Amino acid sequence: MMGNPRESILNLVLVLALAAIPLVATGMGEPFYVTLATRMAILALAAVGLNFLLGLGGLVSFGHAAFFGIGGYVAGIAATHAFNNEPLLFGLPGTNQMIVIWLVAILLCGLAALAIGVISLRTSGVYFIMITLAFAQMIYYFAISWPAYGGEDGLSIYVRNGFPGVNTLNGLHFFYLCFGLLLAALAVFSVLRNSRFGAALEASRQNQQRLAAVGIAPFRVKLVAFAISGMITGLAGALFADLNRFVSPSMLSWHMSGELIVLIILGGTGRLFGPVAGAMVYVLFEFYLGGITERWQFFLGLILLGVVLFARGGVVGLIAGKARHG
Amino acid sequence: MAEPILEIRNLNKSFGALKATDNVSLDLRAGEIHALIGPNGAGKSTLIHQIAGSLRPGSGTIRFLGRDIGALGVPERTRLGLGRTFQISSLAPDYSALRNVMLAVQARQGTSFRFLKPVMADRSLREPALEALERVGLAERADVPAAELSHGERRQLEIAIALALGSKAFLLDEPMAGMGPEGSKALTTFLDGLRAEAPILLVEHDMDAVFALADRISVLVYGRIIATGTVDEIRHNPDVRQAYLGEEG
Repeated sequence: MMGNPRESILNLVLVLALAAIPLVATGMGEPFYVTLATRMAILALAAVGLNFLLGLGGLVSFGHAAFFGIGGYVAGIAATHAFNNEPLLFGLPGTNQMIVIWLVAILLCGLAALAIGVISLRTSGVYFIMITLAFAQMIYYFAISWPAYGGEDGLSIYVRNGFPGVNTLNGLHFFYLCFGLLLAALAVFSVLRNSRFGAALEASRQNQQRLAAVGIAPFRVKLVAFAISGMITGLAGALFADLNRFVSPSMLSWHMSGELIVLIILGGTGRLFGPVAGAMVYVLFEFYLGGITERWQFFLGLILLGVVLFARGGVVGLIAGKARHG
Repeated sequence: MAEPILEIRNLNKSFGALKATDNVSLDLRAGEIHALIGPNGAGKSTLIHQIAGSLRPGSGTIRFLGRDIGALGVPERTRLGLGRTFQISSLAPDYSALRNVMLAVQARQGTSFRFLKPVMADRSLREPALEALERVGLAERADVPAAELSHGERRQLEIAIALALGSKAFLLDEPMAGMGPEGSKALTTFLDGLRAEAPILLVEHDMDAVFALADRISVLVYGRIIATGTVDEIRHNPDVRQAYLGEEG
């Protein structure tokens, strides 16, 4: 259809590389790299969610940590209650089943995104950025001041939650679980982008006046996009908590929101595999530069500056050229 | 006589002390081209904005197909059948000409909340869109991004979009602006045929086109309609000659 062969090859290379890292690492007896690859996959998943809103809809949410953190706390709280055998809410028990946790995280994040979106989508530009930030910070401070679940100290997950037929305690197995969800999210992103809804969403980014003038109200399109976006990022948050076996308010902080935006810009805004490329590059920088200097973020800043000035399309744009929209 | 398709009564709009629209009443009847002319700054675009819904009038009523549309927003008015083109082309720049029109077809079908089927393989979107492009003579440029189309081609694309919407009345804001003489001539012929499909409220500076096309002309000066009539009546109206045509020489 509108396939760009170089982009397809790049995407394939990224998928294979990410899938291969943990295998090679396990073969070399370096389980730490498995964790690193899992971190890449989960951050990529979170960024796929944001890319849906930012890349396709042109809406810069500076508050996606809210969904990442809500997902994380769903995993943490459910697991804590299951571990302590205490009822959670309305007599319902906690759970250590990932499927249940994921569904609850997705549902809650969808509702939270609808609530935040209904208000913030009435603004645009800088105001939209600020209001999404404000909502996320509200949730951040709420988490800090809520002693029942650890407050500032966060909440530990003593045993990683389970998934039928998979030994999630095994790093490699857990990686492929996350990797599978990433691929599924990429498939969802691709299908939605090519659908009628995707056309309306992309049109709202390009020219809202035009979208309204053909008879499609931009607000509803953007609201649905916001909800879908929050749900995907929330799912990633649940996985992230399980990866670290720990969830803390830092998952909700504006640093996290900024990190997701940085990932997307590094990888390629609006590109299907932009978040994957971005997450891989980011985690590698974090690891290698972080090993050399504590001030690694200074160098990341320089690189980001270079990308914004000289390679607007990020890694994917640099290698595969400009996006074509058919 | 049948009720007009579009009926504007006592419309007022002020920006501070400036009366941009001053007690304007105007009809658009089935089958006609009603031209709206006036010097720069007379309030023609302000009036179009109020009819299309992108600007709220201060007072007055706008009825379309027998219905008061004053409280409706732009998307609702479009869905009722008001097809509008912009004075300065307003398109989705990254999308090809075809996709721009396909968006209109999709909107007309009322199905933007479908999440699965790929649009580019959807013949129910492509075929009507191509047909609209063919009608305005843009079919061979279907795959070119709107941003790369020439100025005149973008004007044509705007009209193709209004066609694809199945509009029951057209609001054309200076469709000839910036077109070469040949383009204007072709568009004049096209609009001449289009009036049978749906009436046209035509804002235009190209007097040759206006005199060739218009069934009736309204002259807007400082927000007020100073005369409405046939081409001959307007040509010989002394007020109009003084206020407007005189300056054109």
